[in-house]
Amino acid sequence: MSTTNEGSGAVAAKVEAKLIPIHVMGKRYEVPESLTIMKAIEYAGYKYIRGCGCRGGVCGACSTVYRKPGDYKIYTGLACQTVVEPEMYLTQLPFYPALRTTYEFSELEGKPEEIFELYPELFRCVACNACTKVCPMDVEVLDYISALKRGDIKAAAEISFDCIQCGLCASRCFAEMPQYHIAQLARRINGAYLTPRAEHLKTMVANIEAGRFAEGLNELKAMDTDTLKKTYQERELEPATAGDDWTPKDTRYL
Amino acid sequence: MSISYYPGCTLKTKAKNLETSALAAMAELGIEVEELPRWNCCGAVYSLADDDLIHIIAPVRDLIRVKERGHDTVITLCSMCYNTLARANDLMKHDEEKRKTINMFMDEEPDYAGEVRVVHLLDYLRDDYGWDKLKEKVKVPLAGLTVGPYYGCTLLRPREVALDRPDKPTLFNEFMAALGATVVDFPMGTECCGSYQVLGNPDAALKVSYDILNDANQHNIEALALTCPLCDYNLGRRQNLMRDKFEGVPEIPVYYFTQLLAVALGLSPEVCHFELNRESAIGLLKDKNFLKEVPA
Repeated sequence: MSTTNEGSGAVAAKVEAKLIPIHVMGKRYEVPESLTIMKAIEYAGYKYIRGCGCRGGVCGACSTVYRKPGDYKIYTGLACQTVVEPEMYLTQLPFYPALRTTYEFSELEGKPEEIFELYPELFRCVACNACTKVCPMDVEVLDYISALKRGDIKAAAEISFDCIQCGLCASRCFAEMPQYHIAQLARRINGAYLTPRAEHLKTMVANIEAGRFAEGLNELKAMDTDTLKKTYQERELEPATAGDDWTPKDTRYL
Repeated sequence: MSISYYPGCTLKTKAKNLETSALAAMAELGIEVEELPRWNCCGAVYSLADDDLIHIIAPVRDLIRVKERGHDTVITLCSMCYNTLARANDLMKHDEEKRKTINMFMDEEPDYAGEVRVVHLLDYLRDDYGWDKLKEKVKVPLAGLTVGPYYGCTLLRPREVALDRPDKPTLFNEFMAALGATVVDFPMGTECCGSYQVLGNPDAALKVSYDILNDANQHNIEALALTCPLCDYNLGRRQNLMRDKFEGVPEIPVYYFTQLLAVALGLSPEVCHFELNRESAIGLLKDKNFLKEVPA
């Protein structure tokens, strides 16, 4: 992050909302009350070059830690999703160092013991629950760690599904674990080994390999840019209200 | 009847044979239990440092989960889980100052003051179910099987959570007798198997386990029954290692108490997962004609 005054005056002039005080990394700023933390930080004159990604609450880049006056609790949120509150003290934590072990995924068999060997620190967990309390996505982190300790990779993958890899769990962990990396491995194993294969996918791949779609692809490849654009714009779309029995006019590739 | 069931991590992996046989047996006996939908590792070993409260958090959290279900009793199968949960419960019930500290630390959970009763299946069968009722349910009495009940440490020590007199327990004997087995007490039945010393000092652990087996053998015990996955590891799985190290190591099959219960109730051997025991385990039961059906 860097500070800049560029354009901040112009933005301020347009905003008519009530101003409230917030403290960014210990420094007090007055910002419009309805802004998200991210907008407020920008309003205050900072310019994001890191610690900001999708601005849509899914990328996990803008995790923020804050406290409120007279309250001992630690609060967290994604800066792009959380609205400012008066007198909040905040800092962003775009990254938190956490050990991610390396492994050759194709050599794994998907057994719990493999996770135990890659991340033995799992067994340092004391169930203090600090990870769950700090998660901005309300993932039950302790529950998936507990599931992994008893070898239930599937449960761990499902419980951790909403994880956005922000790393706040690791920042608070009494056992110094990289929970989010362990959960990612669990989800990979679940996807590759524990979830039933989609049978229709096998048929589709076989069809592709047998050249079922070659003609159409070659046709597209041979088009000049304008024809390609025109073809794209005039393509037949499945209507939003179409029933299960809807079929396109061109049935060559079904 | 509303009883929570706390399995413990090992029963979901290495000691599945303890869990599956117990669940089948409890169902047969009409003991309705519900596995806690959320639970964490109990910590396995209760911390002895007086001010080490962080290691009490895990078992207390599990007890809170039981309370949240509206259940007044939680049943355990693994003796280490029993011990850890029961001692944490005891602390929350009796130590006002530590209770306050722990409740304050766990401010995201409801307060807890030891309201839940922690039992092991063995004392539940004795106190709530009753030996007489159990005897009535036995379809295949284990007649002619000479069993040594191996109590180990954590069912009997410390006194506050002991399921029986620590110096001369009879609970496990009574259980085996109810199943129709010939029960033989042996002096080392309440000695430690070596426990987690197997990690730091494997040779010393092996010696203790060997002494126990040897003692059982000298008392003409054919099989050991026990309640703990770690005891099973030390006394059962490590018998082959003992053979490399010591002379005249007897082959003694080791069973979880729930496996013998399931067999005596006439349940299919499949619920016992004998493939996780020593090879001799299923062999002995076959020889005695106890098995309802022998899996291919």
